[in-house]
Amino acid sequence: MYDFAYQKPGSLADAVKVLSGDPDAKALAGGQTFIPVLKQRLNKPSTVVDLSKLGLSGITVSGDKIVIGAMTRHAEIASNADIKAKIPGLAHQASLIGDEAVRHRGTMGGSLANNDPAACYPSALLALGGTVKTDRRTIAADDFFQGMFTTALEQGEIITSVELPVPQKSAYEKFRNPASRYAIVGVFVAKFASGVRLAITGAGQGGVFRHTAMEKALSANFSPDAIGGIVTSSDDLNSDIHASSEYRAHLIGVISKRAVAKAA
Amino acid sequence: MGFEGIGASVRRKEDVRFLSGKGNYTDDIDRPGQLYAYIKRADRPHAKIGGIDTAAASAAPGVVRVFTGADMAAENIGGIPCGWQLHNQDGSPMAEPPHPALAVGKVRHVGDPVAVVIAATKQQAKDAAELLAIDYTDLPAVANLKDAVAAGAAEVHDGVAGNICYDWAIGDKAVVDGVFAGAKHVVKLDLVNNRLIPNAMEPRVAIGDYDTSSGDFTLYTTSQNPHVIRLLMGAFVLHIPENKLRVVAPDVGGGFGSKIYHYAEEAIVTWAAGKVRRPVKWTAERSESFMSDAHGRDHVSTAEMALDAEGHFLGLRIVTLANMGAYLSTFAPAVPTYLYATLLAGVYKTPVIYCNVKAVFTNTVPVDAYRGAGRPEATYLLERLIDVIAHDTGLDKIELRRKNFIPADAFPYQTPVALEYDSGDYQTTLKVGLKNAGWDGFEARRTEARSRGKLRGIGISTYVEACGIAPSAVVGSLGARAGLYEVAEIRVHPTGSVTVFTGTHSHGQGHETTLAQLVVSQLGVPFDQVEVVHGDTAKIPFGMGTYGSRSLAVGGSAMVKAMDKVIAKGKKIAAHLMEAAVEDIEFKDNVFTVAGTDKSKTLTDISLAAYVPHNYPIEELEPGLDETAFYDPKNFTFPGGCHIAEVEIDPETGVVEMVNFTAVDDVGRVINPMIVEGQVQGGVAQGIGQALMENCNYDQSGQLLSGSFMDYTMPRANDIPNMSVATENTMCTHNPLGSKGCGEVGAIGSPPAVINAVVDALKDYGVRHLDMPATGAKLWSIIQAATPRMAAE
Repeated sequence: MYDFAYQKPGSLADAVKVLSGDPDAKALAGGQTFIPVLKQRLNKPSTVVDLSKLGLSGITVSGDKIVIGAMTRHAEIASNADIKAKIPGLAHQASLIGDEAVRHRGTMGGSLANNDPAACYPSALLALGGTVKTDRRTIAADDFFQGMFTTALEQGEIITSVELPVPQKSAYEKFRNPASRYAIVGVFVAKFASGVRLAITGAGQGGVFRHTAMEKALSANFSPDAIGGIVTSSDDLNSDIHASSEYRAHLIGVISKRAVAKAA
Repeated sequence: MGFEGIGASVRRKEDVRFLSGKGNYTDDIDRPGQLYAYIKRADRPHAKIGGIDTAAASAAPGVVRVFTGADMAAENIGGIPCGWQLHNQDGSPMAEPPHPALAVGKVRHVGDPVAVVIAATKQQAKDAAELLAIDYTDLPAVANLKDAVAAGAAEVHDGVAGNICYDWAIGDKAVVDGVFAGAKHVVKLDLVNNRLIPNAMEPRVAIGDYDTSSGDFTLYTTSQNPHVIRLLMGAFVLHIPENKLRVVAPDVGGGFGSKIYHYAEEAIVTWAAGKVRRPVKWTAERSESFMSDAHGRDHVSTAEMALDAEGHFLGLRIVTLANMGAYLSTFAPAVPTYLYATLLAGVYKTPVIYCNVKAVFTNTVPVDAYRGAGRPEATYLLERLIDVIAHDTGLDKIELRRKNFIPADAFPYQTPVALEYDSGDYQTTLKVGLKNAGWDGFEARRTEARSRGKLRGIGISTYVEACGIAPSAVVGSLGARAGLYEVAEIRVHPTGSVTVFTGTHSHGQGHETTLAQLVVSQLGVPFDQVEVVHGDTAKIPFGMGTYGSRSLAVGGSAMVKAMDKVIAKGKKIAAHLMEAAVEDIEFKDNVFTVAGTDKSKTLTDISLAAYVPHNYPIEELEPGLDETAFYDPKNFTFPGGCHIAEVEIDPETGVVEMVNFTAVDDVGRVINPMIVEGQVQGGVAQGIGQALMENCNYDQSGQLLSGSFMDYTMPRANDIPNMSVATENTMCTHNPLGSKGCGEVGAIGSPPAVINAVVDALKDYGVRHLDMPATGAKLWSIIQAATPRMAAE
């Protein structure tokens, strides 16, 4: 990696100040994507701002919502009793990210801010209709993801927590890239009294997206059969040496049915 | 302490240090005053170098020197040599284009070394390398075999027409063609043996050290054969006499063949250490390993079998294109010829065989031996072809194999492709394999799987391989530029403990345990009083290293010979001490006895007398008890066996799950059954990797797409099923241990068994053949393509 300055501010305001004042400063959350990128010299930050001393970690239940601090590690989410009871799809999802070492360093806020098109969490946030809280505002999930590696976050804006409504049912199914173990297709489905939301990660050229045709069918009949006939177009899906866009389109159907079967 | 000799599953003594982080790997070594090298590599597959401006890099902080290919050429540094010379069908030698350590004039593959920056820290060297201004003019590249042999293809090397390194053949084509003309059936199969990247756990490392007072050079390197590196680098590249060059290969974290070869980086750091008069260390980053370690496999073949009406094999005809990559690596020319074509008889009595091999240059990383080396390619071709014969003719795949097996009473058996197999019993390994795999009960398992929506298949492979390489005169006649004997020194210390100096090299195989067990059995010395030393040309008399499953069959045999000498000398000393005739002295279980008496001396008594020769036959015998033997094998060894794979495919996703794997191998005399089981398991895991997931992927332009673990799929523990591993051994008839070798059998026997199982699982989809790896994406496409056709039928 290239040389850079390193800061570990003790307050959110200080962290925002450094990151806002320098477009080449970069925030470090868990570093499970960022540090490999630095090691490959694909990024040359002036300053790395470590967010680990901002007190942004922790999981709390508040009425019909669960609030997860941005610096909460995947391993904590996977093993948290409240999350396992109330949003089992999320606990399962966190348990499938990376390996044991990654899950003890990587954070939810870091993953969401990075918005890797093959990351797992964006599908949970979107399918659950959650809210991203930052140092300055709240952003609805539907507004947060704005394409591959792009979010609504402004320069220097830091995610502080994520608020997730507790659904009646939830599940996550992941079809892994055989090499990297990222999602080739990951499906998060959440059933609420108001209807069903279903989000797909790993497949779309623009990153995570909601599958509205499936949501409509599942809102009427929450069963795998309800989406058996829905064909997903391969237009706008990723194609690489591991999976063609046609294969991904097909897998969206298969993996969605499996997610629904697991949730139902 | 129980029995610890030959046949005991003694726990590996080296694992204590490996598992507790106390191993001493090359990267753990740092020399006083050490500098760091960073190698600037080509980022493009084929380009002319107009010039390299090193001024800015040379002036960068911490930089001591920058060297390019021109600097090495100016000192007449030789190119990286090839250890094997093949000849074309017309008798002319193969094309052997120059292979400079640092590129001169052109780069020929992504990863080709272009310059080296030597600086005080690794970081400074890497920073400075970004300041090198290289004037490239891109040239058209050929990234795969098909493109490289196409008419009008770009040439990788000037003057190597059509990119053909050699056009070689074995067998009488006219005779074989005649057999085909009269055959009842001819079955033809086109197949690809996919290219692999070895990915040893430990990346390569090289440290060059120069002693300014003595003028001695030392190279610390991740090598499977330090003496071979000393010979190649000293004699052919740097012109350093052997007495001035020491090569140390300490603990090495996996090789699988990829650490046999003499690599450019070894020569660069050793030469540079002499220039800057300080130690120079280079450690590969993982992405460098992907683009600089020699790759494996990469064959495209057409195979045809001629059969009579009953399914007897009458003749085999094969044409193979083999990828050499951009330059010839140390063993590369031998792999698709003497380690491949000579194995095409397999375990079958096919009377005539013709094979034509064209070795081809491409703008890719050099390709060389990788676990099995040629023999997996031969086995895959034969065992796939036999299943396709069964598919096309309706003959039973097991019967077809049985009726064509070389019978157990036919050994020694001369094949039509040069080799003479000494022993084997293929009917027995097959019979036990079928039993252990529950072959007869398979259809019930298929039916049960179907009820769960899964497609279950079973596949078999029956194979033989040639290892324990090799008789020096034989390989010399085939083009090897070195002998392939092995060396052992047995040093009995004054108090009776023993140090073994072996020319073989352990990089995970467990030699410190297995070889010590030989001493326990032959000399009766307790296991914990035996030390095995390897990997240092300053300590070991000589040696050719470890590859081709040779350490026990050849290196172990050298130990037996050296211990025979120790016993013979010990008898003379014992005869003197006990005032008996030498002929009357017997040696057993550490004790010399005068036959028919109760007079005896232990080995310790004898060794003490040998080193403290107060009462000693000093007129006839030298003091000391330290014997060396060079052992040149009389033949290859021929392990064989039967591998059976069982898979389930999810038809919705195409994903294959390995559900059962059964191996019954004939490896000759087993020294440590636990280690043999581990070697077979590891080999099978690599075979499953090749069959189901691993694939080196270059795009058409020559960029390496699978250049990291994000895109190159390695098998993980949960991809590998619990295996049933057993042996049914016949003894090697020509070495003193009877051992054949077990390091490669797993990777040789398993890939066709897995693919045969996948094809069997897809039999309702009209699949005759598919190429490795059988990924979910590939199988889904096959299932998709077949489904409308099936619906229409």
